[in-house]
Amino acid sequence: MNIDRKIADDLVANDVFFVTTVPCKQLAGVIEEVERRDDIMHVPANKEDEGMGLCAGAFMGGKRPAIIMQNTAIGVTINTLVTLIQFYRMPLPMIISYRGELREPVACQVEMAVHTKALLAQLNIPTYHFHRQKDVEELDNILKYTFMCNKPVAILTDANFWGGYGDQ
Amino acid sequence: MIRSEILRDIAPIIRDHLVVCNIGLPSQELHSIDDQPTNFYMLGTMGLASSIGFGLALVQPKPVISIDGDGSVLTNLGTLPTIGNNAAGNYTLLIIDNGSYGSTGDQPTYAGKKTSLAEVARACGCDNVIEVQDKDLGPVLRDAIDSDEMTVIVCKCDSGNVKMPVITLDPVVIRHRFMEAVKA
Repeated sequence: MNIDRKIADDLVANDVFFVTTVPCKQLAGVIEEVERRDDIMHVPANKEDEGMGLCAGAFMGGKRPAIIMQNTAIGVTINTLVTLIQFYRMPLPMIISYRGELREPVACQVEMAVHTKALLAQLNIPTYHFHRQKDVEELDNILKYTFMCNKPVAILTDANFWGGYGDQ
Repeated sequence: MIRSEILRDIAPIIRDHLVVCNIGLPSQELHSIDDQPTNFYMLGTMGLASSIGFGLALVQPKPVISIDGDGSVLTNLGTLPTIGNNAAGNYTLLIIDNGSYGSTGDQPTYAGKKTSLAEVARACGCDNVIEVQDKDLGPVLRDAIDSDEMTVIVCKCDSGNVKMPVITLDPVVIRHRFMEAVKA
């Protein structure tokens, strides 16, 4: 199974048209895939809160959005998640690379990883953790759930899910 | 002129268009001067008026005007390269530049000192940037809305506020009526 293609396929199958991204090494393949698709409008953002603003606008324009970013972004976007996405009740699937988990080579990433789930729980954001490749099978249902309930939803995808970091 | 006088001036020009209005006093002033379902009032999240308006402009064909401030653009400077590199002809970014953080007590911004937001916007790849004095804004804004080219307007004006009531509309109501207006 090609995970990058599967994620893009599920986004398209759920009518997600507008995708914004802030890169992470783990997400390079899926970002390339959404850029390649003619049925997805991909607009890279410079910072994740900016990306969430773009997503809010796209949603109000009648298109389903998604954001692809790293878990460090949770630290950047709490105010935006609370006062824009949640306050105005907007759906936002967040496909998040969960750095600092098992098979992580960079110690500093762990410092944010240990706070990631606690912060998401504090914000009452439904959170799913993809650890094994087959977990991606849930993505279709998670997207349906997100647009059913009009909430931000976090999908944490760790290094094991992506197959590790090769020889690092 | 101060910002509320400018908003009163341009209200007839923007009335029938989709407007995303900056947090704090700008939204309160626009809401008091000319509340419309085509106005999206930001009640939180400083800095994102330009991003929200731009996302909206990218996915649908109607003209969109983001009313932003110099302080808010400085908060989210990353917005300008995104806008400049993905230009949408139906988008107008109006930066009301009074050189101060009006909603918090008129503390000076760097845009009122050495920083030129018009030059920053140009350097970020925005091709059509116009700096205009407050009293001359009307025709410039009208042309920008009518034009097929994305425009960034930096409107220089005086610092100052008038007392306005807080917006008590529920955010979901603001969002819902705005989305209905987008569809209409």
